[in-house]
Amino acid sequence: MHELPVTESILNIVLRHAPAGSVNRIVRIFLEVGELSELEDEWIQRYFDYLSKGTIAEKAELVIHRIPITFQCDACANVFEITRDALQDMHCSECGGTECKLVSGKGYYIKNMEVI
Amino acid sequence: MEEIRLIEVKEEIHADNKAKADALRKRLMANKTFLLNLMSSPGAGKTTVILRTIEALRNDLHMSVIEADIDSMVDAEKIAKTGITAVQLRTGGFCHLDASMVERGLEGLDLGSLDLVIIENVGNLVCPAEFDTGAIRNAMILSVPEGDDKPLKYPLMFTVCDVLLINKIDYLQLSDFDVRAVRERVMRLNPGIKIFEVSSKTGQGIGDWAQWLKKEVDEFRSG
Repeated sequence: MHELPVTESILNIVLRHAPAGSVNRIVRIFLEVGELSELEDEWIQRYFDYLSKGTIAEKAELVIHRIPITFQCDACANVFEITRDALQDMHCSECGGTECKLVSGKGYYIKNMEVI
Repeated sequence: MEEIRLIEVKEEIHADNKAKADALRKRLMANKTFLLNLMSSPGAGKTTVILRTIEALRNDLHMSVIEADIDSMVDAEKIAKTGITAVQLRTGGFCHLDASMVERGLEGLDLGSLDLVIIENVGNLVCPAEFDTGAIRNAMILSVPEGDDKPLKYPLMFTVCDVLLINKIDYLQLSDFDVRAVRERVMRLNPGIKIFEVSSKTGQGIGDWAQWLKKEVDEFRSG
């Protein structure tokens, strides 16, 4: 639903990192997106194709790597991974504790990109 | 054949918005103005909860409201009837508010004379959760008719909020909404969250919520 503003930011950032003259074309962009985010990969690519027309990022492929959801247990400090579906029954994989804090699984990050 | 090179980018996509939100929080601190970001689905009762909150706190705090709507003025007009200044932000199809949109909303207000500004975010449990508005606290409303499975469907929203209002608690007997299950589900996602059961129709629980909010505002202003 908010793919458009996110995609706009991606385009602005990659263009900033690829100054004209030294880069002819951006071929592939590697993104890391948290599992908790509701973004649809297909729509990010579609918006990107639309927004990037006429720029050096036109036709670039977005490669999205999902970052797993991890929590840290308050009781024993164990950090564990959990799927979205298992959130309703979340407990520490070591001690079974249910008081846990979210460590990762939110946010969006541009790692790097392939250019020619 | 041209050679493919790798360029390191290493940037958060929301970094710009985050920087703007942090700058806004600094400005709010300088002005001692508490900003509350209120989020929920459409129809959960954001406007009526705000009206009740105004009623409860209007003798103690100088308040204003920023109303975000995709394309209408209905809610801002309801608030304005109470005599409280309401700024309408038309998001023009955008599904959420970000820090620069909130900045624009605050332009119409005299921050120095305000203790509390409440943002009524766009009705949506998905997008607003992803964008830092610059608020000091995030609040959300879950209303009984929406069902008790919402923390399972929209976990991110429940992890970014400091306080949850379970609204329309007067409907409880007509539904199979399980308050205890919601509390458990939400506390697992976000153990630090504060939960209030309220009815913006009957006023039940509004006093406790308003008292909590007043305390947060007072602590922020004296801190």
